Formats: sequence, C-alpha cells, structure tokens
Amino acid sequence: MVLAKQVPDPETPPSQFKIDESSNSVITPNGVPPVVNGFDLNAVEAALLLKDSDADVEITVLSVGSDFVMDAMKKPLAMGADRLVLVADELLDKLDSSATVKLLAAAIQKDGPFDLILGGRQASDWDQAHVTLGLSEVLGLPLVSLVKKLEINGDSVSLQRLIPDGYQAITAPIPAVLTVTNELGEPRYPNLRGIMQASRKKPEIFSLDDLGLSPEDLTPKLELKKLYVPESNKQVELIEGEDEADSGKKLALRLREEKLI
Amino acid sequence: MTTVLLVAERDEQGEISQTTLQAVAAANGLTEAQVTIAFAGEAPSSAGSLAAEKVVTLSAIDASDSGIYEQATADVAAFAASMNPDVVMFNKSDFGSIVSARLAFRTDSALAADCIGISNADGAVSVTRPVYGGSALAEFEIRSTPAIVTLRAGAYEPSTETGSPSVEAADSTESVEQRAQVTDTVAEARDGVRLEDANFVVSGGRGLGGPEAFHVLTDLASVLGGAVGASRAACDAGWIDHSHQVGLTGKSVSPDVYIAVGISGASQHMAGCSSSRAIVAINKDSTSNIFKEARFGVVGDWEKILPSFIATVRELKA
Repeated sequence: MVLAKQVPDPETPPSQFKIDESSNSVITPNGVPPVVNGFDLNAVEAALLLKDSDADVEITVLSVGSDFVMDAMKKPLAMGADRLVLVADELLDKLDSSATVKLLAAAIQKDGPFDLILGGRQASDWDQAHVTLGLSEVLGLPLVSLVKKLEINGDSVSLQRLIPDGYQAITAPIPAVLTVTNELGEPRYPNLRGIMQASRKKPEIFSLDDLGLSPEDLTPKLELKKLYVPESNKQVELIEGEDEADSGKKLALRLREEKLI
Repeated sequence: MTTVLLVAERDEQGEISQTTLQAVAAANGLTEAQVTIAFAGEAPSSAGSLAAEKVVTLSAIDASDSGIYEQATADVAAFAASMNPDVVMFNKSDFGSIVSARLAFRTDSALAADCIGISNADGAVSVTRPVYGGSALAEFEIRSTPAIVTLRAGAYEPSTETGSPSVEAADSTESVEQRAQVTDTVAEARDGVRLEDANFVVSGGRGLGGPEAFHVLTDLASVLGGAVGASRAACDAGWIDHSHQVGLTGKSVSPDVYIAVGISGASQHMAGCSSSRAIVAINKDSTSNIFKEARFGVVGDWEKILPSFIATVRELKA
C-alpha cells in the first residue's frame, strides 16, 4: 500500500506562484497541472523494486482529496503499480494531517489486508511529513522512517535507514509502516506499455459514507488563519568593483567588516 | 499561565544543543510562560541555570531506540500526561520530528511542524510555518490542548537568559517492546565538516557549468573551515554526490554565511538554506531569484570573482 498525494507542481517558477488571500488557497497557474508529490514517487519506486524481485507483490496506491486530476494520479499506475484507490469527496478540500490520517486509516482497513504501508518522506506543499508517521500510531504498527533500501525476508523486512553519517540497519516485523527517502533512487519513468495499461485502469473510489465517516469526524485541529507570500525584507547589497576580480576582493573585505568571516 | 514542556536535545559533546537554546527562547517568549525542560537521560550540568521553572530527566535513550524512538515516545508521552501542558515543544530534528508526530497521533493532539514563530493570546496558541517549499507562509491557530510543535533551526536566537530551575528525575516508565530492531549502525565516509553543522557553506548550482568547478568551491570551503553544498540541478547533473544537496529534497542548513555560486534560488533550494544568517550570492544573471534572498551579492562571472575572493579571505584569515 503506497500513499500518494496530489500537489501543485513544486517546479512552478516563483514568479507564477500566487495565493488567493480571500480563500487562503494557492491559485493553480494556467498550464501547470498538479503532480503526484515527488517524494511519494520514491515510495512507489520502493514498492516497484520489491515487485521486481518478487512477482507476488501487489501494489495499491492510495490517496485522499478532492479535484483529482487523473493524468497526474495515474502516474504510479503507469510506473507499474497495480491499483489506484481514491478517497474522493468534495468535502475533502482542506484537510489537516489528523483528518487525513483518519481517512487513510479507514480506507486501509476497508480495503483489506496489506503487508507494508509506504509513504514519501514529506509533501512538497504543506511539508508536514506527519501523515505516514501518524498512520503508524493510529494503526498501532511499527514505524521506520527515511528508508533508503528494503528487502522482504519472510515475515520481516530488512531496512537501511538514512542517518546523517551513514545508515542504520533495521529489521521490522510485517506489517509495518515505512517512509521512503529520495536516496532510495530516482523513480522510474513510465514506459509506453505502462502508460497504455494505466489508461485502461479505473480508480476505485471511496466516499466519506463508504468509510463510515462524517464531516464532523474531520474537524481540523489547526485552523488556517492566513496564507501569504512573505514580503522579502531583504535588500541585497550588491558589491561592485572595478572589475570582477576587484568585486571578489571587495566582497571578502565587506564580509570581514560585518564580522561574518 | 501557559505551561510549556520543552523536550531538549544535546549536541555531540553532550552539551545543550543550540537548537534547544533557541526553543528555550521561543518558549519563554510566550505570554505568562511556565517552562519545564525535559532531557532524555542525564541533564548536562549547565541545565541547572536554564531559564525554566523545572528541569526533568527522563530515562535514557540508548542506541537500540535511536532512530526508532519507541521508548522515547513512551517516556515523553507518560511525562506529558502527568504534566498536562498547554504546549509541547520540540526541535525539528530527526528525534523531534518523529517523537512529536507519534505523540500527537497517540494522544489525538494538534501538531504543527517546522514552525518559525509561536505566540499565544487569550488562551489560544498560534504558529507560523513556511509552506510550499518556502514560497508561502501559513498562520494557524491551534484548537486543541496540548499544542504540539516543532521549531525550525535558526528561527529564534538562542536563549541567553538564566534561571534556577529545580532539577529532578521523572517517575520511571515501563520499558516498551522494540518492534523494529536496530541491528547495526554503518558510518559512511565523509570529508571535512558535516554540512548541517558547518558555520560556512559554499554551494554551487547549474551556473558552475560542470563538475570541475566544485574543486574551487572545495578550496574556498576549506579556507573558511566550512562545507560544500549544491543545488539539485548540480546533483542531478552528476557533478557532485546527492549527499551535498541543499534544499527541500536535500539537507537543511543554517550556517552563519551561505555562499551560493551559480544558483538561481528556486524556492525548493531556498527551503534548505533560508535560515542562514547571511546569504551571499554570486551569479551572472542579475535578475536571478537568489538576489531577492541574499544580503550580499556580486553580479558577474564566478570564474573571475572567486579567485580574488578566496585569496582575500585567505589573507584575512592568516
């Protein structure tokens, strides 16, 4: 089970990034469609690596939200995932991480048995990095974060967990919840056959009702008061010398003057 | 009164970490704050003069719990339950990120990560955090107690206030079963100063034009006693290993001086270096976004600028 989130394209140039301050939401720029969170594609890749070594692996991609763009959400299918399950409801527009975790937990329990839940290390929009961690608590499962390598050995999984100076070797029992880091490797590009197969697959869709949840269950614990683009109060001081070599020298002297070096 | 439980961390020397001192400042900045600081294991002797009401020691986190933090989460949760604070504050470190998230979902509490500001008024706690890779800021009001927050490194100046807190050990907690087991810790070689700890970071981007240029940056970094960073573009091009990558998808750094050479300053890169004390930009394109974020800049060709810059720095350091 791989968790995936639809996000605004993080490669949107800063000049095109706009916020509607009346609704506290990001205005999707024309011609820049949303994408699957890049870190979640690392989790898809991790699942595909398991499938490469064991044909008996089935990969289900699960997402929660509203306004899904199928071209974006089908990318994991085109990469080789088997199923796409969406908890889609127009009420699911502005979820905080606690509501997201409740929905994912309910969908996972409804969807049936699983061995591993994989998520990306963080999302490129709200950047909280909570959901996968929270899910391990709500489901009562062991958690290992920042996984850069994994291998299934019977009823346990052997992992390498990224630490600043190397890695920890960890063994976790199955089922377990893992977050995958981008050091695992680049997500593969979908090939033509994958894209064709994905285009024929239909997502399975759960509504709030299907999950036995009501909007009251999803009341946010954090209320967004204001979303804004910060005014840059930094005024750059440009160092200009007689030529570029002189500028380099003057820059060093200026940094010394400010006691920065 | 606002009661704060601050979960402290120590640095490699065992002293109170700079980021914890920053959190102490943030906690004491709250209106009518009453601060309790918890250490995993023994508190360093300097903890006795921290600006707090109370310092408590929780049971030690040993190597088997490091990275998994099952025992640490149980210990912090047990102490938080006995204290019932309004705010539980962590640093956004590996430890803080994981324990805060596990605690929040274990106790069905609100969680706000990577905050750069925290305030309180009329009994409600509000936080500010960067979102969309730093392109926007979001202000939230937290609607449940406790408010669990992690603070971004560099968001506050370290506390220099002193106090005379009581120092005591918390009631011991039961040891929990480690489901995931750490079987080995493998160090991978690295040269020089750790990127995250460096006071000076010299980073290169696409504008460098090729891998050879990183030799010049390495030279500058060694003169400054700093570390070499890179943008995603430079790493993706294979000019330097991904372990040097700074940004949303790489490492977050907060040095005194961040020197960005040939880096355009895309928001996903800035997310990893915006808490630096001063950003210095060297780029030939005067319209680059990096000049909007930098304190000092030189517009021009790095190949002509850096040699005289390095030579002058070397003289100044001599």
